Amino acid sequence: MENTHEARGDRAQLCQRCETRPASVHMTTVVNGEKFDRYLCEECARQEGAYHFMLAPQFTIQHVLGGLIGLNPSGQRAAPIPDKQCPTCGYSYQQFAETGRLGCDRCYQAFGNELEPLVKRLHGSVEHHGKVPRRSGQDILHQRTLEDLRAKMREAIAQEAFEDAARFRDQIRTLEEQHVESQGSQDHGTV
Amino acid sequence: MEPFSAWMQAQGPDADIVLSSRIRLARNLKDTRFPNHMTADGAQTMLARVEQAILGVQGGWALHFQKLADLSPVNRQVLMEKHLMSPAMMEDPIAFRAVAIDERESISIMVNEEDHLRLQVLLSGLQLSEAWSVADRLDDTLEATLDYAFDARLGYLTACPTNIGTAMRASVMVHLPALVLTRQASQVFTTLAQIGMVVRGLYGEGSDAVGNIFQISNQVSLGLSEEEFIHNLATVTQQIVGRERHAREYLQHNAELMLADRVERAWGLMSHARIMTSEEALRLLSEVKLGQDLKLLPATKSTFAQLTLVTRPGFLQSQSGRELSASERDQMRATLLRKRLQDEAQSA
Repeated sequence: MENTHEARGDRAQLCQRCETRPASVHMTTVVNGEKFDRYLCEECARQEGAYHFMLAPQFTIQHVLGGLIGLNPSGQRAAPIPDKQCPTCGYSYQQFAETGRLGCDRCYQAFGNELEPLVKRLHGSVEHHGKVPRRSGQDILHQRTLEDLRAKMREAIAQEAFEDAARFRDQIRTLEEQHVESQGSQDHGTV
Repeated sequence: MEPFSAWMQAQGPDADIVLSSRIRLARNLKDTRFPNHMTADGAQTMLARVEQAILGVQGGWALHFQKLADLSPVNRQVLMEKHLMSPAMMEDPIAFRAVAIDERESISIMVNEEDHLRLQVLLSGLQLSEAWSVADRLDDTLEATLDYAFDARLGYLTACPTNIGTAMRASVMVHLPALVLTRQASQVFTTLAQIGMVVRGLYGEGSDAVGNIFQISNQVSLGLSEEEFIHNLATVTQQIVGRERHAREYLQHNAELMLADRVERAWGLMSHARIMTSEEALRLLSEVKLGQDLKLLPATKSTFAQLTLVTRPGFLQSQSGRELSASERDQMRATLLRKRLQDEAQSA
């Protein structure tokens, strides 16, 4: 036994079946009185039928996430897992707590109150600052530009740079008018 | 099929240490169940929609769309070994899954992995911004016909909340033999964890770092822009490359004989062994590569990334055209490596 450890050293040994994942299972089989030793990963060991008994569930991000759900910062379970379902896809919050995965994009709305603190804990933020879909996100892009300009205008006023502020105000007006026009041309018929 | 992907020619910046740069974007369709909650019918409808969108892509992307069910298990494994597919794609439900790949094997789109779409761009060396610009354009092209699940506040919505926001993973695959030899690697990785970077092995989540190959990626995907996440990872990678080069110089100045002995032994074993496990091969290849980088060993035409692929079980079986037992693979692996080292070193 000790020899085996010595030979392996502190280097990770690869599964002898898939040769991809690390070996974590030492499997001994006896065929016609002859003993065979193999080092396999959990997945291959399972496929070779090594487990007639149930293994402890894998330690994956989903499972860790499942554990985080519903915990308050001191690590106590703040509230029982709510008995909620997504009205669009029927996925339950219980299923999310078990798998760490949601059922559809609308689940984010359905479980919004529960997800918000979790997202904050995972990412340290709940505000997306990255890319917006080029075609379908035009409205959002427009809103972002407007917010940007409004912030600049407020800043300019605070610094009493009124000429700059007026310039930003004009830009905001032009953008708003353009948007109303393009909306109008898209929606005509329905309005 | 070309046996190697274009990035494996190792012509990118710092490609001696940074084997590859990868950008992966997760995208999901609006009002459609995520893959883990799909019905068989829903999955087929969704596959058809995505196939149409991918085949309809204009502008010279030349993507080849394949349902996984139409690929043999060995060919699926080869795609995984070439990093064109994640290990998760190898598991059921195979029938729901597909992959689209370009000719250079630089771009791949995984369909119905954990998310509906996972767009990936893989380039040689440290080229994260370049990979992002390709991924960004491909994303726009697909979005022209597909409606994505997107929220103004949370960004791109994904099956697992760990990926929302930019839904981007930027990663680099680095070869750090000198940091491991000088026992600095674990300290470097601890520091990386503190600044929100994850370190994994050769095949991503759940795989170990054999052959001193590590994958470093951003942990968080929400709160910064894609460019900011990429800038952070690129900066950190440059520092790691610097540390690795410094450690190599240190070894050359302070332990030259030990170093030469080590890499020459690896070369000797690899050019003479008749039976070799995949684990031993990766370990020796890493040492041979270090020896070549430091000009202690002759160069070979085959790159490290190519030779690494040659040792993989799926690749060996696809080359031989039949299934091989583990002991047959060990023999074939030793033969292929031995030949490549002997022939190429002579002609080089």
